[in-house]
Amino acid sequence: MKYMLLIYGAEDSWTEDEREGCMRESMAICKELAAEGKWIASSPLHPVDTATSVRVREGRRQITDGPFAETTEQLGGYYIIDVEDLDEAIAIAGRLPPAHKGTVEIRPIYPLPEPSGSCYDHE
Amino acid sequence: MWFANGVAAATIARMMEPVQQQIEQIFHEASGQAFASLARFLRDLDLAEDALQEAFATAAVQWPREGIPANPIAWLITTGRYKAVDAIRRREKFKQIRSDVALRMHEIARTNATRAATEIEDDRLRLIFACCHPAIDVKIQVPLTLREVCGLSTDEIARAFLTTPATMAQRIVRGKAKIRDAGIPFVIPELGELPTRLASVLSVIYLIFNEGYSASSGESVTRADLSQEAIRLCRLVLQLTEDAEVMGLLALMLLHDSRRETRQTPEGDVVLLEDQDRSRWDRRLIAEGQQLIERSLASRRFGSYTVQAAISAVHAEAAAAEDTDWGQIVALYDVLLRLQPTPVVELNRAVAVAMRDGAEPGLKLIAAILERGDLANYPLAHAARGELLRRAGRTEDAIAALETALGLTEQIAEQRLLRKKLAELQAN
Repeated sequence: MKYMLLIYGAEDSWTEDEREGCMRESMAICKELAAEGKWIASSPLHPVDTATSVRVREGRRQITDGPFAETTEQLGGYYIIDVEDLDEAIAIAGRLPPAHKGTVEIRPIYPLPEPSGSCYDHE
Repeated sequence: MWFANGVAAATIARMMEPVQQQIEQIFHEASGQAFASLARFLRDLDLAEDALQEAFATAAVQWPREGIPANPIAWLITTGRYKAVDAIRRREKFKQIRSDVALRMHEIARTNATRAATEIEDDRLRLIFACCHPAIDVKIQVPLTLREVCGLSTDEIARAFLTTPATMAQRIVRGKAKIRDAGIPFVIPELGELPTRLASVLSVIYLIFNEGYSASSGESVTRADLSQEAIRLCRLVLQLTEDAEVMGLLALMLLHDSRRETRQTPEGDVVLLEDQDRSRWDRRLIAEGQQLIERSLASRRFGSYTVQAAISAVHAEAAAAEDTDWGQIVALYDVLLRLQPTPVVELNRAVAVAMRDGAEPGLKLIAAILERGDLANYPLAHAARGELLRRAGRTEDAIAALETALGLTEQIAEQRLLRKKLAELQAN
């Protein structure tokens, strides 16, 4: 099953050293997952002050500067993995460095019926 | 002679039993196991339920004609699996099914049909672990387990939890969807995970038991069934895994259950342990509880359920309330406090100390807990304090403490007990 792991945390809770350490550790985990055929995609995101939100209402496109919702913990990155079941996803989420400071939310990815549309296919 | 005749009659009756009746009996006995196995293959409880129903329907036609198969459970599982594959194909055709179930179809169809009987039996444990998975809300774990493992109907569960069938159905549907869509596995957790996962299964069982045990008189009939269901579930888990804490919890529930008849008056008033008619305690349940405690203690891997059961057993062993070995109870609370360092355990220990050494030492311990700011809103802390103050002859302080307790408690039976005590004190 495919899962998306969403990394939430307060953006100012990391020192520069911690951020670098987190990056190194995360890369190592990605490499290991890739070797097992379980890694599909992952990336950190730029801070929320770079976010742009778009809504179309009554045919008119509205653009606002900022995230969808103002919260103390922001979405800071994601992983997409392909593993056996939720227990394996939980085990991986628990190894990610941000789990120690923030929260990792696990969401199963809704699979599209075959043949799957290419725009959602990460493989 | 009558006995021998009875046996002969029973045997003959069984031989002459119409095949239809035998089939119904098999359905009744096999459904739990067959369902658990199908759930494991399909990882979808609704699909498993439908598949089993279809397998039953096929058996009802085929067995009377061709005879009952040698291993009916295996037959039902295999047939159910084929039915599920058909259902997936049908639904896939109309694009009503998520394709990861379809992807597994191959695996489902391919799996070797002949599995060892022990493995089929373990499927029930796998189902329990899935229903009590920590990724499922506890409020959902409890009814989901009763529905899927114990086979209670949604209406029965709703009645037992004093809520509407619609609310209960909603929770169960959410639980089933979570298992299917989030990919909660039907596995026995690995050794490293097992203790915490087993602990969450045991806490679900204990919640079910307590829901039934703390029943008020009006609803006591259906709610008492919940306690029996919890005991049955715990016996099943024990059959599947000989864990010390499973023994401990089963012992604890059996010992509580042995006093069921004596803990309330017919009017629904609480009867305290010291005032209960001990001749009416169920000796058979007590003996079984004691044996389980001994086995658990001997394993040296016991935890807090076993210690709580041991405390309960000390009470059960005393022929009269005055004969209670309070020294042993205090010693057991010392052990419990190390395993479970909570203010409530500390409070219970303080009461045991008071019973052993007199009211004043107990009052000192309770004062220390309350001064720390713990249990300030816990009615039983003030009730215990009031009771000890009464024994110490400090009537005015006792009245104040009992009034505080009365203001905090929401249980009607508790309120009645406190009012009675207050009235007695105020009369003196």
